Amino acid sequence: MGANLAANYVQAVAMVLFVIGFANLLLQKNLLKKIIGFNIMDSGTYLFLADMGYIKGRVAPIVTDGIQEVERYINPIPSGLVLTGIVVSVSVTALMLSLTVRLYKRYHSLDLDEISMLIKKEKGV
Amino acid sequence: MSRRKTDEEYRQTGAFRFFRWLSGSKDAYIDTVEMKPQTEAVETKEEEERREAEHKHAVEKAYDSNNRAIIVFNKIYRLVAAIFTVFLLVSLIYAVSYLPKIGDADNATSNEVARRYIENGVQETGAVNIVSGMILTYRAFDTFGETNVLFIATCCVMLMLMLDEKILEKMDGRDDRRFEPKSDPILKTMASFLCPVIFIFAIYILFNGHLSPGGGFSGGAVLGAGMIIYVNAFGFKNTQRFFNETIYKIAKISALCMYGLIGSYFYITGANHIANHIPLGKVGELISGGIILPINIVVGIEVACTMYAFYALFRRGGL
Amino acid sequence: MLVLTIMLLVFLIVCSVAVSFTKNLFNAMLIYMSFSLVMSIVWVILESPDLAITEAAVGAGITSVLFFITLKKIRAISLEDSDKHADNMENHKSETLE
Repeated sequence: MGANLAANYVQAVAMVLFVIGFANLLLQKNLLKKIIGFNIMDSGTYLFLADMGYIKGRVAPIVTDGIQEVERYINPIPSGLVLTGIVVSVSVTALMLSLTVRLYKRYHSLDLDEISMLIKKEKGV
Repeated sequence: MSRRKTDEEYRQTGAFRFFRWLSGSKDAYIDTVEMKPQTEAVETKEEEERREAEHKHAVEKAYDSNNRAIIVFNKIYRLVAAIFTVFLLVSLIYAVSYLPKIGDADNATSNEVARRYIENGVQETGAVNIVSGMILTYRAFDTFGETNVLFIATCCVMLMLMLDEKILEKMDGRDDRRFEPKSDPILKTMASFLCPVIFIFAIYILFNGHLSPGGGFSGGAVLGAGMIIYVNAFGFKNTQRFFNETIYKIAKISALCMYGLIGSYFYITGANHIANHIPLGKVGELISGGIILPINIVVGIEVACTMYAFYALFRRGGL
Repeated sequence: MLVLTIMLLVFLIVCSVAVSFTKNLFNAMLIYMSFSLVMSIVWVILESPDLAITEAAVGAGITSVLFFITLKKIRAISLEDSDKHADNMENHKSETLE
């Protein structure tokens, strides 16, 4: 174990969130719960990225009082990257939910095992 | 010498087809692209019974307590998944413990790029909010691609969930709103207070993106949320008076094209060291910041349209 | 401030674990909504107000609304089925009575 685990506790939490979301993806049978797990995974990644740019004792990157010194503001790059990521994640969620609605209309089930059984049956295997 | 085109000739032009397509009277792709019209799924009684039986059979087969192979497979799958998850957790936290200390000023992440954005950002972009200035000028094409992602996602959701106009008319009042009260007094009263406030707040966020936290993405999302509340309280008929499918098409496509044009102009002039004729204005005023204000407005329209379209498509199957 | 941060982070983990173990889908979505709201407070603590506004509008607002409509739509589809069944049963009954 490295020495910086106590200082990097936010990133450790982000990794825990990522793993919980991943476990949801692997172990849940319900499609809606899988999508929620995917969203939690997203949040974990964003938390990890945004925490990279945080610098102790500095303020948000909005120029106030005309001061333009690097020593005053945090790193603006991770914030910008995550900002676009959050909006993309909602469109990905909407796409997955619409697929779920179509699957439910066709197979009348949200359980992935049942759906795959029904698909196999349709193919005549 | 100019002469007036006859009706027959006008019908041959591209402009006629474009406006016909825009007003929705005829799809430009009918008779040219092979398409399958979407029909409402109608089940006969026998089909339904067969489906129910199949469903029951599939459930029994999937959770068969006598089929040893499935039980063993499920157990092994769960075990392997759990072991893999724990391994992932341990390795990720191990990696985090070796990362440089968060909060230090001399980390590798705060390098000369961030220094450049902070020290010269205000002079070069005219935006007080450095994040907005960064994503809309230095990284404008990145954001353009991301706006395209929104557009494509809406198109995909439309492919999945959009119903034919005739079916919508026939289904009027018998979609999933039939199980809820049509004009809830609590919701209506609260919405008539809340909607104006939300819209004004959204427009404030949109127009002050270069001066304060916010910008196109957050302002557009708030605007979309306000429209969702309005639809929920007053129904689709009232909303269609100011926002229907034609307006949606025009707003969305023209917003995307505007962004493309502004972005290309900025990119070409910047990459070739040609003089850029967009004035930056006085830093700190509302009308300032060069291309940031128009792009913020355009992105806001795009995001609001996307959010409302998602809701309407899920709810009703059409805009 | 440190105590507040740690409390919020613990709340995030508790929420995400609770989502995994809830049987009721509606409750799972409500818990995810509160997860997003707490996430937006964490963004404020990490000095990124842009992210906070976006997360509050998108994560807690629109994503949750989309989840709720999906659930409602799925219930409506199954209710439609049960309606059909009820109609069929009624027709059947009236036929046999006659």
